[in-house]
Amino acid sequence: MAGARASVLVDALRAAAIAGGLAFPIVALRAEPDFSNKLVLEPRWSWMFAAMALAFLVRLASAFLPRRAAPAAARPRDEAAARRRGRAFAVFGLGVIFAWPFLVLVVAGPSGALKWIDNYGVQILIYVMLGWGLNIVVGLAGLLDLGYVAFYAVGAYAYALLATHYDLSFWLCLPIAGILAAFWGVLLGFPVLRLRGDYLAIVTLAFGEIIRIVLVNFSTLTNGDAGIGNFATITFFGVPFNASEGGFAAVFGLDHSPVYRLVFLYYLILALALVTNLATLRLRRLPIGRAWEALREDEIACRSLGLDTTKVKLTAFALGAMFGGFAGAFFAVRQDFVSPSSFNFIESATILAIVVLGGRGSQIGVAAAAVAIIGGSELLRELDVLKRFLGSEFDPTQYRMLLVGLAMVLMMNWRPRGFVATRAPTIALGERRAIGGDLVREGRG
Amino acid sequence: MEVFLQQLINGLTLGSIYGLIAIGYTMVFGIIGMVNFAHGDVFMLSTFIALILFLALKQFLGIDSLAVSFVVVMVASMALTGLWNAMIERFAYRRLRGSFRLAPLISAIGMSIFLSNFAYVAQGPRNKSAPPMLTDVIKLTEGGAYDVTLSYKQILIVVVTATLLAAFWFVVQKTSLGRAQRACEQDAKMAALLGVDVNRTIAATFVIGAALAAVAGVLYMVYYGVVNANDGFVPGVKAFTAAVLGGIGSIPGAVLGGLLIGLIETFWSAYFSADYKDVAAFSILAVTLIFMPSGLLGRPEVEKV
Repeated sequence: MAGARASVLVDALRAAAIAGGLAFPIVALRAEPDFSNKLVLEPRWSWMFAAMALAFLVRLASAFLPRRAAPAAARPRDEAAARRRGRAFAVFGLGVIFAWPFLVLVVAGPSGALKWIDNYGVQILIYVMLGWGLNIVVGLAGLLDLGYVAFYAVGAYAYALLATHYDLSFWLCLPIAGILAAFWGVLLGFPVLRLRGDYLAIVTLAFGEIIRIVLVNFSTLTNGDAGIGNFATITFFGVPFNASEGGFAAVFGLDHSPVYRLVFLYYLILALALVTNLATLRLRRLPIGRAWEALREDEIACRSLGLDTTKVKLTAFALGAMFGGFAGAFFAVRQDFVSPSSFNFIESATILAIVVLGGRGSQIGVAAAAVAIIGGSELLRELDVLKRFLGSEFDPTQYRMLLVGLAMVLMMNWRPRGFVATRAPTIALGERRAIGGDLVREGRG
Repeated sequence: MEVFLQQLINGLTLGSIYGLIAIGYTMVFGIIGMVNFAHGDVFMLSTFIALILFLALKQFLGIDSLAVSFVVVMVASMALTGLWNAMIERFAYRRLRGSFRLAPLISAIGMSIFLSNFAYVAQGPRNKSAPPMLTDVIKLTEGGAYDVTLSYKQILIVVVTATLLAAFWFVVQKTSLGRAQRACEQDAKMAALLGVDVNRTIAATFVIGAALAAVAGVLYMVYYGVVNANDGFVPGVKAFTAAVLGGIGSIPGAVLGGLLIGLIETFWSAYFSADYKDVAAFSILAVTLIFMPSGLLGRPEVEKV
């Protein structure tokens, strides 16, 4: 017994030593330029010792915690009740989402509500829409696309350029942006048809980066890094949101306030996101949707059963890209400014993280993950109070991507299927039953 | 002609660095069949470790001799980066070996995001400029339109790379660890049945890959003198391109691919457009994967159903 306890202690000490080794130069010593711009090291040994102590305690605790019990025998699930609960939750969620701007307006007043509608409403819904769009490619068809942001960029730049040069309205540009993005989806999808899995992911990443570099350097068209701005603002079906005579507030007999524009944008992106969702849900029931899911499960079986995998893959790419293009056009009209820095790899990775954490193929899971990741990173911004305790250097928003990356790793190790890990087969013989993700083995793809 | 010669020298130097990183990609792919997306960020981490150790030797121990601090920094960064990669393998990839095929890649992408942001948080967003070292150059030609120079740094990079590749080659070909690695690469299950500790072998592969990336990191820090938390992604993708071009899984292929990518990049910048130099590398990556997935020296992958 004493021997066992000693070995636990040795083990914990080893963990602490390893943590110290990992933290030694990079955490413990920070290189900062001094007045003559020469780098000088500032020791922060306390950070390193904190990391070591943490590792020690975690290791020690994990040895004394009871081992996880063997999984209990599969308990019979009440499928009908589960489905009812799911539906009730969806209805409740939709209600909150529809009422959100008004709830916030009532609670925070018109000027206080701006932040809540913009950062916590519009911003999150853009990512919900992007997540649902990418979900068609990654979740349904099982094609890992690391360059999705390229289509978002195509949509945004399509609208920005058309509005600047031809003075076209948003409503005309929206379908054009979608069509152009779908076109690019097919164009970039063609060469990668023969690739699978990780190779496909890497090539889409390369394409995404190429498009971004072209946007940066093709200055005559895109104005390079400086971006394009001030092309057009959104109008309420022709009525502008300004303080003028014919403005929205005057026409409807209200006091002028910037909040109307935001509320309109909120419902616009909500409508676009819901269209994406509905289209996906309907597509899943069509032969093409079933073909996507079959492709995800096993490509070889698909081919041997006579599915045209070229067509199946290209439609997935094109439709996913089209929704990305819609979202891009919306992004452009909301910001009234586009620049290549909005479309870097980190953006693609964030959208992918949303799909992965949400559970590939699950619509509600993706939406929940978008709320968690984007809303969470906005909440980090609220933690500015911590500066008082941890010094003015401390910036909580810096930790956003750190946590996202960590969450992706943990999710893959802990629940590789995401938050919502069940798969309801779209069609089934007899009774439809949700299948636990752990029971489904994914084919090569 | 002078420009050509100069770019040839620059390209080979850059290519040595890419080649060293590419070996890490190719070995990991060979042994467990995953694209270690975080490898570029491991390289970035090693540039930070090298810079800080270099400064620490000077600031705390007062070592001024460049040769001594170079050797110490090299050995210590190889060890520390190796430890990092071993822990990454242990916590981010080991459990995923039996999972579906995309799981390790997604985990690696998460790890890559984590590492670059970790360095960003720990060391701050600004570029860190190392003190200039080894600034002497040899003039190879003089009096022409353009002096062709060969700097001591470039000689150092090529010599160190060649030495370490020789040592590495010896490890893979002649030691029992190398034999175990090659056995796991061919058939991990069979190797395990015959008494090879597969987990240890894979961990050792990650450590060796990281150690070579750390060599590249030290050389990169000496050569460019600037270190940034975002500098892992692009060199990582280029080194991966090198591994793919040479034939992924093939170690000589990785070195050859690295040299080719280095040369292509420098000549492209010199003769076409420096703005689009990354496009050159990314296009080669796409074109190779699409039309020549087994690369120059790789074996074609045969899929059994």
